Amino acid sequence: MKPRRDLVACALRDPEALVSWTLVEWDLLVRQARHAQLLARVCWLVQERGLLQQVPDQPRAHLEAARVVSDKQDRAIRWEVNRIRHALQRVGIPVILLKGAAYVMAELPPARGRLFADVDILVPKEKLPEVEAALMLHGWAATLHDAYDQRYYRTWMHELPPMTHVKRETTIDVHHTILPETARLRPDPRKLRAAAQHLAGDPDLQVLSPADMILHSATHLFHDGELEHGLRDLADLDSLLRHFSTAADFWPHLASRAQELDLARPLYYALRYTRHILHTPVPNSALAVSRAGRPFQMLESFMDALFLRALRPDHASCADFFTPAARRLLYVRSHWLRMPPLLLMRHLLHKALVSPKDD
Amino acid sequence: MKVADLTATQLGGRLKGPGLHLRTGMFVAHIQTSIPSVAEGIGLLYADYPLADTEFADFHISLAPPPTLRRWVHPQVLFAFDGRAPFKPLPLDQAFPMFEWGLNWCVSSHSHQYLIMHAAVMEKDGFAVIMPAPPGSGKSTLCAALVNRGWRLLSDELALIRKDDGQAVPLPRPVSLKNASIEVIRDFEPTAFINRECRDTIKGTVAHMKPPRDSVARAQETAKPGWVIFPRYQKDAATVLQARPKGGALMAMADNAFNYSLLGAVGFHMLADMIDTCDCYDFTYSNLDQAIEVFAALQPPAP
Repeated sequence: MKPRRDLVACALRDPEALVSWTLVEWDLLVRQARHAQLLARVCWLVQERGLLQQVPDQPRAHLEAARVVSDKQDRAIRWEVNRIRHALQRVGIPVILLKGAAYVMAELPPARGRLFADVDILVPKEKLPEVEAALMLHGWAATLHDAYDQRYYRTWMHELPPMTHVKRETTIDVHHTILPETARLRPDPRKLRAAAQHLAGDPDLQVLSPADMILHSATHLFHDGELEHGLRDLADLDSLLRHFSTAADFWPHLASRAQELDLARPLYYALRYTRHILHTPVPNSALAVSRAGRPFQMLESFMDALFLRALRPDHASCADFFTPAARRLLYVRSHWLRMPPLLLMRHLLHKALVSPKDD
Repeated sequence: MKVADLTATQLGGRLKGPGLHLRTGMFVAHIQTSIPSVAEGIGLLYADYPLADTEFADFHISLAPPPTLRRWVHPQVLFAFDGRAPFKPLPLDQAFPMFEWGLNWCVSSHSHQYLIMHAAVMEKDGFAVIMPAPPGSGKSTLCAALVNRGWRLLSDELALIRKDDGQAVPLPRPVSLKNASIEVIRDFEPTAFINRECRDTIKGTVAHMKPPRDSVARAQETAKPGWVIFPRYQKDAATVLQARPKGGALMAMADNAFNYSLLGAVGFHMLADMIDTCDCYDFTYSNLDQAIEVFAALQPPAP
């Protein structure tokens, strides 16, 4: 069984060509893009080129409908950030927005047509108790009540257990670093915070520096994430790279920053797969430098076999016989990278034997 | 080509194999199932519906028993939208109602090119009456009665309002009848075709009434909203049509909309424009014949 084409990647690579696609191709694109959370993104790409009216009526309706949802999320995120800022004002620290919320508030290209629900923020670890208390005072409550889950997050993870607002039902993830404390790679969060940049005209809100934003996105995708929306995250990376790489010295700086933060491996994967799948214009010189983070040959071939499957839309038409196994292996890998073997064993045993009884 | 042009064997074979591309209003559903009751329901209730080109479908749906051992003890049915199941499985004999609910869900949770409200919509002389109502208000019963007395069915469940011109867009589908209203409509219009009852569903006993042929044939013809009427069935109540202030009507419509907040300012303006141009009423009734008379006497709103 050979998988059919990943039409979403085709569309992202060459949005101009979409106007000559057949209805049969559009049918499958809409389905794949919906599963990949990239339907609104496709709408944006066509719209910003002034081509939306040339899309046949039937698929255009779906693109416009998806755009309605992403526009609503954009408004909702801005309001949510406003509320978070309000809640954390008294803590007296700059709040660093991560991922989707950062792209929206900094008006960066990946925000266009991006679908997401949670807001992620980064604060100093020593301020976590104050931040958590302030959020609770303003209506956010812990969602996980299981004592083990609480401990799992608080002792080993890089974030507090997710908190949900009791009225708006929005979720916030409060991070103190970008990888679990127990992970193999140990980027220093102080360096990330020191390089963070203020949003224009805003004393309270910050976003990571361009290089760090890319490295965080790469780390999340290749070392921590569940890959259900892998292609969406890859599209974020593609879009960030295209946007920031116009700056002088961007590529050398990105590579040296990756070394400095112990994130050379995720950067290598990011450049390899954005270039391969989305034809991101990564100069050969940058690729050569990033090879510092390259895994040995056999591992690289194996990771190719996994990532080239898992970074397709999660839709039946993009799967082959090995796709489910590839996704599962990457999921196991993300846990493997998250904790040392003994701790992982203990965690899995607990989840398998103890947690279900609490239900 | 229509569904009725297929023999039962052909219809079943298509549903089981490549799937049936069924056109309902502006949407094409691509349906795959090997469950006989769904094929039977489609054959009976959708006989007048056109088949669509197979090139593009808005919703790819399937109904199948979930892949668990339970199938041997309590057979179940799972509704899937393009491979993903938005609902928990139901007992197998509820497969046809689940198809109807699932298709409604497909439209109401994806088609945000429209303002979508939970309401029945009927048209006469170019004007549409929109009847929003919570379950139990007799909306579907009144809708079924009206479409058997000269009103054209646009939808018994989903009012779709188009953004560019505020027109109500038809989505004529079988009218869902619950519990006592099944008998009421059988008595009211013995020639109406109502399919086999399905008992013990989450909504009680349900059955579906075949929509009038004319409504299906005119499914591409939009209508201008003329009246917003909030119906309330009350046992032994007198028939009373009473004007409702527009502010309250707008808020009540917003409560009945699926994607009012999703559409943001656009949604507000669409709804406000609609309420502005419509006459708004509360309507209490117990007698269907009297209700029909009141609706027949409705005058188009002043321009």
